Amino acid sequence: MSVRATARIVATPAGLPVLAGEGPLALRRTRATGPGARVTVVGAMSAPLGGDRLAIEAEVRDGALLTVDSAAATVALPGRDAGPAHYDVRLTVGERAALNWLPEQLVSAYGSDLRMRTRVELAATGRLLLREEQILGRHGEEPGTLSTRLTVLRAGRPLLDQELSYGPGAPAGWDGGAVLGGHRAVGQLLLVGTEFEEKPASPRLLGETAVLTPLAGPAVLITAVAPDALRLRRVLDEALDGTAYR
Amino acid sequence: MGTPDAPPVSAGRAALLVLADGRFPAGGHAHSGGAEAAVRAGRIRDARDLAVFCRGRLHTAGLTAAALAAAAALGLDPLVLDEAADARTPSPALRATARRLGRQLMRAARATWPGPELDALAAARPRGAHQPVVLGLTARSAGLSPEDAAHCAVYETVGGPATAAVRLLSLDPFEATAVLARLAPDLDRVAGRAAEYARQAEREGTGALPAASAPLLDIGAEAHAAWPVRLFAS
Repeated sequence: MSVRATARIVATPAGLPVLAGEGPLALRRTRATGPGARVTVVGAMSAPLGGDRLAIEAEVRDGALLTVDSAAATVALPGRDAGPAHYDVRLTVGERAALNWLPEQLVSAYGSDLRMRTRVELAATGRLLLREEQILGRHGEEPGTLSTRLTVLRAGRPLLDQELSYGPGAPAGWDGGAVLGGHRAVGQLLLVGTEFEEKPASPRLLGETAVLTPLAGPAVLITAVAPDALRLRRVLDEALDGTAYR
Repeated sequence: MGTPDAPPVSAGRAALLVLADGRFPAGGHAHSGGAEAAVRAGRIRDARDLAVFCRGRLHTAGLTAAALAAAAALGLDPLVLDEAADARTPSPALRATARRLGRQLMRAARATWPGPELDALAAARPRGAHQPVVLGLTARSAGLSPEDAAHCAVYETVGGPATAAVRLLSLDPFEATAVLARLAPDLDRVAGRAAEYARQAEREGTGALPAASAPLLDIGAEAHAAWPVRLFAS
């Protein structure tokens, strides 16, 4: 049996009026170290499997601050049902609101097929820190098929739109010198905030296989490929420490 | 065969050859499409690496560019497409390259197939619109189809690196051209899909256009832009 489940979070300056997990997506309010709320996605079972349709919706209303992380990596596994699994993340951030979306890695296990879509709608003064890490195969394993799309709109205009496709079901060339060059971990860190409007960042190389780039809008994107998850996280953490983003 | 007044079945084919010709004065020959950075990083060492590189570029940046070009040829608002191109180009070095090439192509296009739509885009983006958008509008001005525009875009995507590899690696030009010839069926398929996406975007908005991207092309472009001396502009 494939699973259909949608988890919902709504954050306001006063708290979390909606915190509703479903199926394999359990949500826990965890202690915040600063202002605002922190929610941890607790994967109650291994997911997603082939055929599953999972979704998380988070809405950060005007003036609110929300951090979402996860207790463990998400592992895409082959399912009994034919067809790919779908995982949709829909995020909205209001005026003077901020969202830190910091899940653990997404691991594409051998034989799996996952379509992941992340769509973020930011108000003009909304802030976002978003991390995405994709690990192709568990340790020493060939990857499954993984395609992801990250679409970020700010004040209704496109800010960033990116699709990545890897694995046996992806178009040929994904493992070559233009795309991954044999690397098995790929990640992005996106920072959006009005401070980049006043003072755009300068592009900066972070070693041989990572770069910090200012987008056309008020945002910075760090793009990295690495041999494994550990080294990818190290690059992204160091890059974040090197920015003025609080 | 038809009467002397009937349009020939191959209408537009000669215009397509003029536009797709590497000698068309639009400045593309000075760009390696990321091949120079990939050669330096050791990711292209021979014709086999070149083929994999070109295939990867075709299915990522190539598809994205071809769909933008097809959408512009179809008549979608070029300024909205230009904004969509910005969102699909996180590397400032690649955005600058795309706009420089767009400006150069615009100059050639207005001399070869002048038209009010080209004039309007040139006035709105005096420092250059993204090259695929200008390419699509040029095709439109030349009476070509969205598929034709997409074909030009995908061919440029792989033609640049293949030509550059001949110079960068002293690769046998016959081998480099054989790489392109073997890619031809893929080029046709990607161009066809790009035109389908453009028609979808006409109904649903530019969000329906593909955004296929390639991390190492973005990383390599920034590394390349920082070199003090280089053979190719990008």
